[in-house]
Amino acid sequence: MVLGLDLVEQREAVRSRVGLLGHSNGLYTDLTITENVAFWGATVGASAEEVSAAVERMGLAGRLSDVPVRKLSAGQRRRTALACLIARRAELWLLDEPHAGLDAAGRDELDTVLRAATAAGAMMIVASHEMERAGALATRMVEVAGGQIRGQIRGQESGTP
Amino acid sequence: MTSFAVTKLVAAKDLRIELRSRVLINQVLPFAAITMVLFAFALDQDDLLVRVAPGLVWLATLFSMLVVVQRSFAVEAGDGALDALRVAGVPAQGIYFGKAAALAVQLLVLETLLFAAAFVLYSSRFDGAGVFLLITSALAASCGLGLVGTLYGGLTTGTKGRESLLPLLLLPVVAPVLIGATRATEAALGVGRISMQEGWAWVALLVTYALLFGIGGSIGFGPLVDDTA
Repeated sequence: MVLGLDLVEQREAVRSRVGLLGHSNGLYTDLTITENVAFWGATVGASAEEVSAAVERMGLAGRLSDVPVRKLSAGQRRRTALACLIARRAELWLLDEPHAGLDAAGRDELDTVLRAATAAGAMMIVASHEMERAGALATRMVEVAGGQIRGQIRGQESGTP
Repeated sequence: MTSFAVTKLVAAKDLRIELRSRVLINQVLPFAAITMVLFAFALDQDDLLVRVAPGLVWLATLFSMLVVVQRSFAVEAGDGALDALRVAGVPAQGIYFGKAAALAVQLLVLETLLFAAAFVLYSSRFDGAGVFLLITSALAASCGLGLVGTLYGGLTTGTKGRESLLPLLLLPVVAPVLIGATRATEAALGVGRISMQEGWAWVALLVTYALLFGIGGSIGFGPLVDDTA
């Protein structure tokens, strides 16, 4: 069960409530930040206000919001992808190596964004090889190998996400 | 979100990307124009060019379509957007029809310009009697090409060597459109020995082709894209 839904029987319903951010950002590089966030928000019927709020929350408002994604830095693209997740009203964020490809400043910036998102109610599962950085973000840490949980590093299971 | 709403959303997004990047104007149109000019050099007989102009226009359209289809899926695959759409549970039917609609619109623009080029380069004549047949056949052919192009573009998008694989898979499948659209255009322009009534029969073939690929694509596009991702 994920978010109270059967992952096998209700796969499409689960998908619409889960946001995945992998190594790629899922952005259209010819479109601006606002156009990308508006597109992804529109897939769940998000209003223009919700889109603006998502862009602002990720620190992408102002002149930057009208810049095509292809002209952005890796960190700004990552923030745009996270703004898309917010506009999509994702309840469960699955982040696969979210710090990959970012410099030190970009990584710190991303951590700040993730903390702000969890503080606002989002739930996150982060897959990372960087134990120290992931540990600073996590309330629960497990070691996974071969698709199985091999050991509890920190925290306790408190039910399904 | 309904499939129809997704269709409108994806089509508008694809057309906005095209307007922004101008690939159709800067890359596809010059390619198509050069193809038309080379046809003229190769045949080099005014009478013959007038007679084969409909076929040359549709051949140039098919070759140019390959570039448009590859571009349409390159923007999706570049940063994993198509995978993200499927993971987000966006209906595959909406994505399929949206991309097909955007492709059909681009092909219609291209065909309009290619027909204009044919009138200039090949001295083709058009008395206006078959204008409705010409427009209907172009619409039906563009819809069919958009639907089949999107289906095969989705099929090859995650594969290695997709640039060479797409023409190999797609060109044989669009042969009925080439034949049907050429015959209908010949009837509309009054070249060859095809009557207007026969021209409408070819349009019926084009419509049937578009319907078949519309139904097949709406069923198969999602699993195809999911499997190749």
